[in-house]
Amino acid sequence: MKIRATQAILECLLEQGVDTIFGYPGGTILNVYDELYRYQDKLRHILTAHEQGAAHAADGYARSTGKVGVCFATSGPGATNLTTGIATAYMDSSPVVFITCNVGEKVLGKDAFQEVDITGIASPITKATYLVRDPNDIPDIIREAFAVAAMGRPGPVLIDFLKNVTALDVMVDYEYLPKTEHPFHGRLAKLKKRSGWDLKTPEPNADDVDQLVRMIGASQKPFLICGGGVVRSRAHREFLEFAQRMDAPVAITAMGGGGFPGGHPLTTGMLGMHGSRPSNIACDTCDLLIAVGCRFSDRVATVPETFAHQAKIVHIDIDRAEIDKNVQTDHHIVGDAKRVLQLLNARISQADHTEWKQFVFSHRAPPAQGTGLLTPCDIIGTIRNTAPGDSIVVTDVGQHQMWSIQYFHFDYPGQLITSGGFGTMGFGLGAAIGAKMGNPGKVVLHMTGDGCFRMNGQELATVSHYDIPIITVIFNNHTLGMVHQWQNLLYGGRFSQTDLNFAPDFVKLAEAYGIRGRRVTTRAEMEGAMHDALSCGHACVIECIIDTDETVRPMVSAGKPLTDFLLD
Amino acid sequence: MKNEQNAYILSILVENTPGVLSQVARLFSRKGYNIDSIASGTTEDPLVTRITIVIAGDEGMITHITAQLRKLLPVISVKVLSTANSVQRELVLVKVRAETREKKDEIIQTANVFRASVVDMSRETLTIAIIGDEGKAAALLDLLRDLGILEVVRTGTIAIERGRNTIYDNNKEKGEFNYGKNVL
Amino acid sequence: MKQTISVLVENQAGVLNRITGLFSRRAFNIESLAVGVTDDKSVSRITIIVDSGNNVVEQVEKQLNKLVDVIKVRTLEEKNLIGRELIIIKVSATTKTRQDISNLCQIMGARIDDITSTSMTLELSDTPDRVDLFESLLRPFSILEVARTGVIAVQKGSGKI
Repeated sequence: MKIRATQAILECLLEQGVDTIFGYPGGTILNVYDELYRYQDKLRHILTAHEQGAAHAADGYARSTGKVGVCFATSGPGATNLTTGIATAYMDSSPVVFITCNVGEKVLGKDAFQEVDITGIASPITKATYLVRDPNDIPDIIREAFAVAAMGRPGPVLIDFLKNVTALDVMVDYEYLPKTEHPFHGRLAKLKKRSGWDLKTPEPNADDVDQLVRMIGASQKPFLICGGGVVRSRAHREFLEFAQRMDAPVAITAMGGGGFPGGHPLTTGMLGMHGSRPSNIACDTCDLLIAVGCRFSDRVATVPETFAHQAKIVHIDIDRAEIDKNVQTDHHIVGDAKRVLQLLNARISQADHTEWKQFVFSHRAPPAQGTGLLTPCDIIGTIRNTAPGDSIVVTDVGQHQMWSIQYFHFDYPGQLITSGGFGTMGFGLGAAIGAKMGNPGKVVLHMTGDGCFRMNGQELATVSHYDIPIITVIFNNHTLGMVHQWQNLLYGGRFSQTDLNFAPDFVKLAEAYGIRGRRVTTRAEMEGAMHDALSCGHACVIECIIDTDETVRPMVSAGKPLTDFLLD
Repeated sequence: MKNEQNAYILSILVENTPGVLSQVARLFSRKGYNIDSIASGTTEDPLVTRITIVIAGDEGMITHITAQLRKLLPVISVKVLSTANSVQRELVLVKVRAETREKKDEIIQTANVFRASVVDMSRETLTIAIIGDEGKAAALLDLLRDLGILEVVRTGTIAIERGRNTIYDNNKEKGEFNYGKNVL
Repeated sequence: MKQTISVLVENQAGVLNRITGLFSRRAFNIESLAVGVTDDKSVSRITIIVDSGNNVVEQVEKQLNKLVDVIKVRTLEEKNLIGRELIIIKVSATTKTRQDISNLCQIMGARIDDITSTSMTLELSDTPDRVDLFESLLRPFSILEVARTGVIAVQKGSGKI
């Protein structure tokens, strides 16, 4: 069947089950947008205020639904505006297909208007980039791109179409191919053949699994880490069964939030720089550490050499390049977390580590005392009491991010959406838009700070235009909180360029976008604001005034051992 | 010990797509590693290119960089060769000043000793090709330098493992990398 | 159209990356690339053979010249260059075929680097066409693996880059 090249692009998206696209049009991608006009009933397009917002939205959509996100942008500045969003998705292994268009073949590389080498720029922050020069390659490349984004360790890919490829008079051969057939055709089939796998799902190595079963049998003080891989693989049920059989304490990394129930008696909370005492002490004293889908970042393994120094370290990950990269391990299993855990669960029997658990949990800190002022703990406590338990929490980056991860309980993959690896300020609002579009039935809470909200806060225009009921909670301490905390503790109180007292009036700002705004200073006001926000059915901005010197506790300095607490 | 500095030869098979060399080279420059030599040539499969990189480093660094290489989608296979277990060769073209017959004779005689061949001759110059390991080419260049070298071009080192083993041999580690890459 | 470009560069981490980036930006496929230091250890010479389709590489040459670390760029004239390439090739060899392969090596001027009961490793340096020929003549013996340096070239006669 001969169809227009632009039609083939959109048909290929439909093949993948895409229903929502986030993006922003421009000169070189005009042809694709023209085609999109005819596909309005099949493909919903969300026009954001800025390409970065679109990138984060597609990312948030992917993280919250487990599907591949899709984002459109034009050439040049449109494409470069995506880059922070691409890098954010890459660092957190989020599957997003970015589609950009470039100038025509004739002027390519000649510094034409709005031209940039986006495949070159994006190469270090994607799993793969594709420059499409021949319209006949469209179906093959799009099918491959989606497979690459979603398979193995997920991540973003970028496809750049030359303008002449999308010209409206270009016709290409296109035959519908169901998604299940894609691996048997074109370049995907070649890729599979080359990598030496048959067409079945590859199995984790049986000997490696055997060895871990033996190690588990020999351990008296096992400790588990639930990383982002558990979330990406949607292996939460398998992980829960595994932890219960092991009867071992479980630490949850920032990216692992939702991989293990936050309120479960086995969990010690977060691990690392802002990890809880039980987590960090368990890590330091355990005799067997099993990390699932975690890459031992410098925020977790603050000193790789002394990390879990009394333990045999076992690493379960889908990405072989992560093994022995940051921390030297004693054993590893390469495979999908879900499948590896299934195999392990079938092999291990119920253990009992009561004494070890008692030791670990004896280090739990007593609950903080109220000071009368509105504290971060109060704010989140109030939200937890008012909002449904399955609400999706999207954060920006900094103190409010750590508080959110510490005080909320996440029970399923996709419930916490946070920029863990790249630490992108301004990630939250766009990601919340994506999360809400992908989960219309759930309450979406956007937790942010006064600093973060001023980056990409313009996406309130998108929220307002599409009437997306997101509840934004701003922790306003009138400072760049996390940096302020470091300056206070490590830089002798020299608060260089972190004072944000000149911020706009956030309530009026929300109102300017046609969104309800509230400022709260007490628990009671917060409760009222939450009830209003949840019942009104529209977006809402709640600004919470908190003390400038609020800190994230506990805290271990960068490069110091995990038990070397600077703040308790 | 892990920190010992050695010369390593990395043989890398890649799919021959635009940008693949950049992708490979970038991994080294990102870490600030300076490559001693890089050579890229076709193989028996026209869609596949073999890149040979010589780099000084320690074992830890080589493990890390090969892991990163194996993650790249167009990378088919990576093999680390040592100077002991492989045949390494480099081709050097050198153009020398030779205005007189005596000088020409002298250069040709020197070249013969090194089993180098004269590939071009003009009134004032001779161009010589020499194949060998680094030491051999360096020795000849040393001798020619006094006579006036005009230009030198080297291919960079290529290498192949001694014996029957090839870069295509499969092992468990290679399978593990493919697992994470993408293709289920 | 195939073109041979010689580039002299400062020998620094990242230079190669920037140069290959200029080609991929225009979607030119690099057919062969060889890098080696020159007589001056701080300077490398890169020889690139590029298939630019119907486009001219003149624009890329200009872009190369703009890079801080590039000292000199020159596109060599096809009819006026001496191009050489080195190949190392490993083939299956049984007692039956070993003699045939040796004969072939002798005719082509190739050397035998390594020999086992089932394989031979051979080496040849010649013009790219002759290297191609050598490779194709060996194909019937079953090639196990091939490494080629990529082409290096100098201008004929006394001219230099």
